[in-house]
Amino acid sequence: MNDTKLNIVVIDENPVRAAILEDGLREAGYTRVTLIGEMTNLLRRLTEIDPEVILIDLENPSRDVLEQMFQVSRIVRRPVAMFVDQSDSAMIQAAVDAGVSAYIVGGLQKDRVRPILDMTISRFHAFARLQDQLEEARSKLADRKVIERAKGILMKQRGMAEEDAYKLLRETAMAQKKKLSDIAEGVVMAAKLLGN
Amino acid sequence: MKESSIGAWDSVAPTDQGEPERPLRTVRIGFIPLVDCATLVVAAEKGFGRREGLALHLVKETSWANIRDRVNLGHFDCAHMLAGMPIASSMGIGHVKVPTVAPFLLGLNGNAVTVSLPLYEQIRGTGVDGDDPASLGRALKLVVDQRRNTGLDPLTFAMVFPFSCHNYELRYWMAAAGIDPDRDIRLVVIPPPLMVDSLAAGHIDGFCVGEPWNSLAVDAGIGRILLTKSALWHMGVEKVLGVRADWAADNRPVLEALIRALYRAAQWADDPANRDELADMLAQSAYLGIPSRIIRRSLSGDILVQAGEPPVHIDDFIVFNRQAANFPWVSQAVWIYTQMVRWGQSEASAEAETAARRCFRPDIYRSALRNSDMAVSLPSMNAKLEGALSGEIPVGSVDGRLTLGPDRFFDDGVFDPDDPEGYLRRFAIRT
Repeated sequence: MNDTKLNIVVIDENPVRAAILEDGLREAGYTRVTLIGEMTNLLRRLTEIDPEVILIDLENPSRDVLEQMFQVSRIVRRPVAMFVDQSDSAMIQAAVDAGVSAYIVGGLQKDRVRPILDMTISRFHAFARLQDQLEEARSKLADRKVIERAKGILMKQRGMAEEDAYKLLRETAMAQKKKLSDIAEGVVMAAKLLGN
Repeated sequence: MKESSIGAWDSVAPTDQGEPERPLRTVRIGFIPLVDCATLVVAAEKGFGRREGLALHLVKETSWANIRDRVNLGHFDCAHMLAGMPIASSMGIGHVKVPTVAPFLLGLNGNAVTVSLPLYEQIRGTGVDGDDPASLGRALKLVVDQRRNTGLDPLTFAMVFPFSCHNYELRYWMAAAGIDPDRDIRLVVIPPPLMVDSLAAGHIDGFCVGEPWNSLAVDAGIGRILLTKSALWHMGVEKVLGVRADWAADNRPVLEALIRALYRAAQWADDPANRDELADMLAQSAYLGIPSRIIRRSLSGDILVQAGEPPVHIDDFIVFNRQAANFPWVSQAVWIYTQMVRWGQSEASAEAETAARRCFRPDIYRSALRNSDMAVSLPSMNAKLEGALSGEIPVGSVDGRLTLGPDRFFDDGVFDPDDPEGYLRRFAIRT
């Protein structure tokens, strides 16, 4: 069988990450990819789709549903066998570090799954990087906002010019070996506590 | 992987005045947000870990499979585990074989079987009276038979993991009533946070899960708590501290310090005077994130079995410390092995039985607690008959002050750990 015809299910409640992974799999030529984002009645959906490879994010409590499929072959058409020998440890480690796990249905050869898992791991890492960048951008924006507010408080309370207010904040931060935004937050907090 | 890390991050241990401060040893512990993670939370929150020189770093996890993998990979030093998990890992069933030990039980009991209100009506509609497991099992059997005779789909019950006590309890109870859990009903795994929704949607008819999930189904007005674990097996093994065997060997002093901290925490958690504080502690979003009034029900044993009814008091609903609840009885590990064999998870073999026996480690428990300033009653045996005590009786212990029991199974079955084959022969229904 052509590997690009493998029936792959991606279980992820995060639609963005799921889309990034689906995109990667399709780019690599895998055409039969189904996303599941709804967790109720998962076993029934899996029985209907009858996948050969299942990828699931580790934040998903439904991972334990898949664990049962090792045990109960009566419910699912074919038993699930994932990585069950010691030689798989490195692969399990890489997958868990990336935050994903893979399950293989039936007697699928491991080397046929490897490229899928490698792709999944790299896409999960890419998503995590994206999320970190977004988080950083968000926190920078939040920092800038609080610095603006602290400047405003100093200008109003102490009649300072904007430039001087900023200089005072920066010098205080340097003297105390703290982040500018932490000092600014302190000023805003103090102003709030003092009812100004 | 992103994770929410919580717990008491103390940098130094308390010392007597004048002594230099020593840095704390960090121990990373994975847990699932359930009432029976209480001992771990108390050890971190009430300073019992710090007192032993440990900084307990608790990490909330979302699935038992994650717990297993992250203990195997060394992300966690140890974890809150279902009693069957370290045994399955030691045998290498379900996953990679990683010898894992359980030197300390985190508590006994605490689970319950909840059914949908329509199923409860059908059970009562059979005319069988009584709220004991045998009567309810008889009634359920009638419902199951009736459904088959009228061509209806079999009932579906959920539990939490293949190697969970929940799985074995449900099967034990049903099979005793003549219901074959592999043929007469469907038995599926559903993660606890999805249990209530699945019951409400009619995807399942009942489930066996730990608290707070039974009470949440009751409060949602969609379920009735039919049975508690204490009614099925009065002192049933449930969650354990699971540790990789090589980690336990390489870090023995740390593990023994942890066991002392956990013992103190379990004593604290079992003390009725601390119930309100414990309920509030567990209610925090870092742990269970549900109202403390719901958690308080498990701690007091005053269980609301159905919305609108007065609570029912259940003796020993959950047991954190009393009656040697933390002692890892080898007989209980062997009992779990018999369940794995009975339900087709493991071959019956001397090798598998030995793996189970070696998994529970009373030697580590004793060594940790013998040399402490606590007066802990240490049993003088490693194994006992399970289910043989109908009342409290004094048992052999190092200081002669230990009492155990009652510990009956509801069907009066007694398990002799020296004869697992004979025990298994008693059961007609098996996989």
